[in-house]
Amino acid sequence: MSEALLEVRRLKKYFPINAGLLNRTVGYVKAVDDISFTIQPGETFGLVGESGSGKSTVGRTILRLHEKTSGDVLFKGIPFHGLPKTEVRKLRPKMQLIFQDPYSSLNPRIRIGDAIGESLLEHGLAEKDELRDVVLDVLEACGLSSYHYSRFPHEFSGGQRQRLGIARALVLNPDFIIADEPVSALDVSIQAQIINLFQKLQHTRGLTYLFISHDLSVVEHLCNRIGVMYLGSMMEMASRDELFSRPLHPYTKALLSAIPVPVPRLKRERIVLKGDIPSPANPPSGCKFHTRCPLATAQCKELVPEFRLVGDDHYVACHLV
Amino acid sequence: MSIPTTAGRPEKAIRALDVSDSLWRQSIRQLRKNKLAVAGFAFIAFMFLICFIGPLFSPYADGKINPANMHQPPSAKHWLGTDLLGRDVLTRLLQAGRISLTVGLASMALSMTIGTVLGIVSGYYRGVVDQIIMRVADLLFTIPGLPILFIMGALMSDWKIPTDYRLYLVMLMLSIIGWPGVARLVRSQMLTLREREYMQAADVLGLSDKRKLFRHLLPNVFPLLIVIATLSIGGAILSESALSFFGLGVMPPTPTWGNMIDAANNVIDFEKRPWLWIPPGLAIFLTVIAINIFGDGLRDVLDPKQNTSR
Repeated sequence: MSEALLEVRRLKKYFPINAGLLNRTVGYVKAVDDISFTIQPGETFGLVGESGSGKSTVGRTILRLHEKTSGDVLFKGIPFHGLPKTEVRKLRPKMQLIFQDPYSSLNPRIRIGDAIGESLLEHGLAEKDELRDVVLDVLEACGLSSYHYSRFPHEFSGGQRQRLGIARALVLNPDFIIADEPVSALDVSIQAQIINLFQKLQHTRGLTYLFISHDLSVVEHLCNRIGVMYLGSMMEMASRDELFSRPLHPYTKALLSAIPVPVPRLKRERIVLKGDIPSPANPPSGCKFHTRCPLATAQCKELVPEFRLVGDDHYVACHLV
Repeated sequence: MSIPTTAGRPEKAIRALDVSDSLWRQSIRQLRKNKLAVAGFAFIAFMFLICFIGPLFSPYADGKINPANMHQPPSAKHWLGTDLLGRDVLTRLLQAGRISLTVGLASMALSMTIGTVLGIVSGYYRGVVDQIIMRVADLLFTIPGLPILFIMGALMSDWKIPTDYRLYLVMLMLSIIGWPGVARLVRSQMLTLREREYMQAADVLGLSDKRKLFRHLLPNVFPLLIVIATLSIGGAILSESALSFFGLGVMPPTPTWGNMIDAANNVIDFEKRPWLWIPPGLAIFLTVIAINIFGDGLRDVLDPKQNTSR
């Protein structure tokens, strides 16, 4: 295997809960609790899980939008989280983020051309006189037109705005893009367009993606490898084909059984999870999933299952496998 | 707004010539639909015009005392009559307007500058600086404004500050009272803005603090600033008038609307010579009302809360 583009080692992100008159820390929300994975150049790694499982926090912590609690993030072998601020800024162009909400991720008072071009000026990647052409090329690569250059964000539709978000990330010519639920806010026909755009850009520019989503059909379509998160921990990680054909963790099975199928008469075994995801401020003991797991045993309540290799690049954290 | 017509457009040849109206222009167009706000603006403009240009055409602009001519009722010679010292009331009213409007504008500018800078510093950098600035602001908030102004005015009289300087000191005093409100608003605006997703995007893009501040944050605070600035002119004019009315602000012979009313502050003038106090009273009233109406109109078009969908 070649050298990993991104390696996340035992990453933890705890948010302190402050309360009381003295604003003392009374506990922690364990949003990301000991997560490890690697992403190879050129692949698309999918991170799935229900709301509140901490998938977005993983993405944001990798990029240092949140400071990690512990662990390491290596980008091309460079320990990104150990670098001083000035060095971090130099590496910024190489790793970009695409946001979930295309409405709030664009500054309403800045024209599109400036919003996309300003990072190039900031990093000295383009001269003022060639800036316009660079930006227009990127706009066109993302399926927008040149007359959009001087528009304001409110003049665009949701799908167009998501294209703008992609263009803004792409203009820096990054190697690695974290897409944080980039299609969740869009309707289905637009989702398809944006997903196709993602694939096209991967082919033409050799991009590597970390694709965060709760939509398993999208992830199946787009990703090579998939990690399943629950309450801040990784439950299962495998290649796409392996995960979809041979899911091992009960949580993964439940998620897969919930994917809608376009054949109404097809009889399927539907695993319905009871209750809500527990609070990450006070996660269950042992296996975090035991409160909702249909197969939980006494052992699951006591002992944290190890995240171990069970097959060809197939990892799972479950006592019953 | 221009409508995009792609049909028949040679795409590469005309690259991005299509420029939509700037947000400012859109706001101004919206503002012009508000008749009341336009009327308010027109009145303010008219007030400025006659106060600054009017006295140039007055034969009584030198403010010479003429006891033989005292307490004349309005006539063709003196449109608004004369005062106790035989000076033309209309001329003095306009000269007073100059002072009152200047004090209003200048103290607004000063308190806006102080308030904005301190608000940005505490909202953007947070931490200890924020704590210090906000506690000082709280302190100034807890003391009612008018008593402080009175104390400072009395101190100025006690120290026998020359009349010319008093004018500037009054501006300074008003802005000391005014900045905490501005700083708080700007700070709260900064706090909400820095959590917006596009500011996180700016972080990921690796933009410098300078660019984030001047390109992303300030333009978003600016509309709010314009609204508070407008409204605070009215407040400053009122405070100055109150101060001068109590004889603690700008001193005669320099006229202001406040001390003109003060000069007519006795029963005889009140009953027999309304031309001494009605014009300055009306001037204060109408100017402040016009400014507030205009400010309200501005708020309607510029308030960021109404633009969340953008």
